[in-house]
Amino acid sequence: MSFLELDDLKVHFPIRGGIFNTIQDYVYAVDGVDMVIEQGKTYGLVGESGSGKTTIGKGIIGLEHVTDGKVIFEGQDVTNKARNRAEEYRGYNKDIQMIFQDSTSALNPKKRILDIIAEPMRNYFDYTDKEEQAEVVRLLEIVGLNKDAIYRYPHEFSGGQRQRLGVARAVATNPKLIIADEPTSALDLSVQAQVLNFMKRIQKEYNLSYLFISHDLSVVKHMADDIAIMHRGRFVERGSKEKIFNNPQHIYTKRLLSAIPQIDPLNREQHKLERQAVEKEYEEQEIHYYDENGRVYDLQPFEKDHMVALNPNDKTPGSLADSTIEGGN
Amino acid sequence: MWKTVVRRFLVMIPQIIILSMIVFALAHFMPGDALTGKLDPNIDPAQLEALRDAAGWNDPLHEQYFRWVGNVFQGDFGRSYAQQVPVTTLIGSRAANSIRLGLVSTFFTYIIALPFGLFAGRYNNTWFDRVVMVYNYVSFAIPTFVLALIMVFIFGYRLGWFPTRGSVNVSLATGSAAYYWDMFYRLLLPGFVGGVLGTASTTQTLRNEVIDAKTQDYVRTARSKGVPEGKIYTKHIFRNAFLPIASSIGFIFSRLLNGSVFIERIFAFNGMGDLFITSIGGRDSAVIITLVLLYGVIAIFGSLVSDIVLSIADPRIRID
Amino acid sequence: MATNETLLEINNLEVGFRFSDDYHNAVDDVSLTLKENEILAIVGESGSGKSTLATAIIGLHDPNNTKIKGEILYKGLDLTNLNEKLYNRIRGNDIGMIFQDPLGSLNPVMTVGKQIEESLIYHTDLNEKERRARVIELLEQVGIPLPERTIIQYPHELSGGMRQRVVIAIALANKPPILIADEPTTALDVTIQAQILDLMKDIQEETDSGIILITHDLGVVAETADRVAVMYAGQIVEEAPVDILFTDPKHPYTRSLLNSIPHELEDEEDEELHVIQGTVPSLQHLPRTGDRFRDRIPWIADEAFDENPQLKEIAPGHKVRGNSWKHFYFEGEEE
Repeated sequence: MSFLELDDLKVHFPIRGGIFNTIQDYVYAVDGVDMVIEQGKTYGLVGESGSGKTTIGKGIIGLEHVTDGKVIFEGQDVTNKARNRAEEYRGYNKDIQMIFQDSTSALNPKKRILDIIAEPMRNYFDYTDKEEQAEVVRLLEIVGLNKDAIYRYPHEFSGGQRQRLGVARAVATNPKLIIADEPTSALDLSVQAQVLNFMKRIQKEYNLSYLFISHDLSVVKHMADDIAIMHRGRFVERGSKEKIFNNPQHIYTKRLLSAIPQIDPLNREQHKLERQAVEKEYEEQEIHYYDENGRVYDLQPFEKDHMVALNPNDKTPGSLADSTIEGGN
Repeated sequence: MWKTVVRRFLVMIPQIIILSMIVFALAHFMPGDALTGKLDPNIDPAQLEALRDAAGWNDPLHEQYFRWVGNVFQGDFGRSYAQQVPVTTLIGSRAANSIRLGLVSTFFTYIIALPFGLFAGRYNNTWFDRVVMVYNYVSFAIPTFVLALIMVFIFGYRLGWFPTRGSVNVSLATGSAAYYWDMFYRLLLPGFVGGVLGTASTTQTLRNEVIDAKTQDYVRTARSKGVPEGKIYTKHIFRNAFLPIASSIGFIFSRLLNGSVFIERIFAFNGMGDLFITSIGGRDSAVIITLVLLYGVIAIFGSLVSDIVLSIADPRIRID
Repeated sequence: MATNETLLEINNLEVGFRFSDDYHNAVDDVSLTLKENEILAIVGESGSGKSTLATAIIGLHDPNNTKIKGEILYKGLDLTNLNEKLYNRIRGNDIGMIFQDPLGSLNPVMTVGKQIEESLIYHTDLNEKERRARVIELLEQVGIPLPERTIIQYPHELSGGMRQRVVIAIALANKPPILIADEPTTALDVTIQAQILDLMKDIQEETDSGIILITHDLGVVAETADRVAVMYAGQIVEEAPVDILFTDPKHPYTRSLLNSIPHELEDEEDEELHVIQGTVPSLQHLPRTGDRFRDRIPWIADEAFDENPQLKEIAPGHKVRGNSWKHFYFEGEEE
């Protein structure tokens, strides 16, 4: 049951220059991305820095202006309608929330936790003060914080606790989707485990969906059901977690997966050889996976729950990837 | 880089046109005109009106404006009614004085602020730093005329080291070495006063930048290479700490160029600040308009100079 | 070719920072050796003292508010007693340092070539031409294409991976026998991380140097280290060869940490990652006596903990602090 769709989403940033400071060119941060988000599922969005993964999240929630394409929420076009006060966009604004890597900057340091978490509620619900406080306490308990926290200020909490406060605030409007942009990248391993556990627990409780943006493949593997791999503003491969990790087809995906450090010191020499083989393959084959302008091809269905951006002129999808000697076209 | 320069010039044109319109209108709507003050009860009001007519002051405003613009393009900025000389002549001699004074003041500002800021930053929280802080507070808080009067009193009257009035001794032969020396000598005291007053912000910025740069990662990298402490400062910290100062140089100079009325009055120095105040008092609109325009152009140039200096000092900023 | 001379010997090192009038040890009773031809990883979370240890080895703590006790022996010389002038001869010459953030670690207004050359100026007699040749050689060694072009570029003109190569070139300039790398790949993408780690390993093999690799990333450790020391709250709690540490960890902290690594959920969705209860105590609140990890495993009986846990060798090359590990089990498991 899908509730959010991205239809050929594009976010381009102009590059200005010349005598009249006119637009000379564009950065194609996001360049034609389709996505369907269903309830209760987690979508991993993986890519290296500059791949455009964060821009997608910001485009959905209205922190970046969408240049072209559509964001469709429950059948309604809500493109660039964030913070639009009109009643018709209320559902969209309430049901999609975002948490950031650096929760410290997202929490107003001069406000008490009570006000920080209650603020989004005040926009959408008519709680009495008493109800509001009870609701905040309930949210704090869900993310494992004591109710005494409501009268404290953000700086009194540790990094992991602040990130949990960020989660509590995002959940406050009872949303359908939380866009989580590198939510644990700044945290230590044991603290990260805590935050990820809470996110999973909340998901079950509210039937939430996550768009989980991260460069850390092991975290995405732990959290996501579906994964999209991004490169140069486009998806190179998208599919169920199993398909992506067990049967990657695009050379970029293979390279990315092979670069993840493995916790397997006994076989590391072999892992290194495999990685270098993929790296070599990448250097040789890269040209066949991108068009003449270096643009990623459109996604083609490859198998069930698995799409790959292969050259459409190549009539046998997958043959490219299987061939290690010559390009397939 | 030339593209940016050209672009800045192009942007300047509408800015200056709008500025000139506003100034022209304001000057026009100021109560009274240059003749008001000369109101001799024996002169027939009709005669004054005739004078106004002759000067074109009773024409519609836009006609006056376009006539003025037309003249400006021929290099004619009008005549000062109060002094009965062309505005260009009047401003020309004053501007030269102000530019000289501005240069000397800027020189004093940096000669004081640079060592103070750098050393206060390097040795922060020492007695030297505290002395600089006190100096900063005092130089920031002291009114211009108080400092100017104190300097005149001490160095002019008490010690008699410096002449206290005028920009040059007119009895000396124009163009002779003695003439220029006298001109320079007379700049020192007012230049110093102007310079001192400009030091507080530069010193403070530089000190804070040095303290900030000390904790940067690249300084740690330099230390890990075994670079001696002195070189850490000269090669790494100071260069980075200078960047914000470099970017303010154009503004500081343009501010000084505008002239300080107090300094010019107290030192009887014929500069632009003094002229501006006199002209406003005398409703001498041609002079006022020209001066305001000139200040506008100087400010725009100042910011252009700043940008160019910064782009030279900081390789991360390339204006192209 | 491969020798195993000890390069660095650290004995009972304490590094204390001053808070008001009291010193608090961020590194407490750390003893370690680094040999030629090895990569020693020091692993720990924030606040474990791993970076403080690195900074102490290279002598960059501010002496006005830091107190260092114990020994750091390099070629029989105790670095903790060195004055600034002598230390400057060691830094960059005998010990090279690689930092985490390659952009911040480079001076933004100095060309890459000048920054590498600086290492040579203070430690060699090379003339300008020879220095330039050496800089180009170094850039080639760290895999930078077009070194002649790169030397006149500024850091912001290079990509993150290229910048980190420059930082490595700076550290390598004088072929120091010891390299300290403090989170060298944390700021990089995984594909670049893999290249940089390969590069460091290649360099280590070429030069026989010893590398201290400081990191929080257990994957990086598993891929590169020969030996691992795990730090918690300023102390080493376990030290072992890399394969032993991952296959047979002993200390409760090491085991807890390994358990909290995200992994694919097999079939049952209820499986949660292991969470270490509580938080790392702040420097001022570190327990001065007893087992520092005790508060975080409260279900373990009091008798399991030592009064004064010591690092003891339990098998060749495998050291564990205290005896609590003999009694440790995860909460919910059978004892």
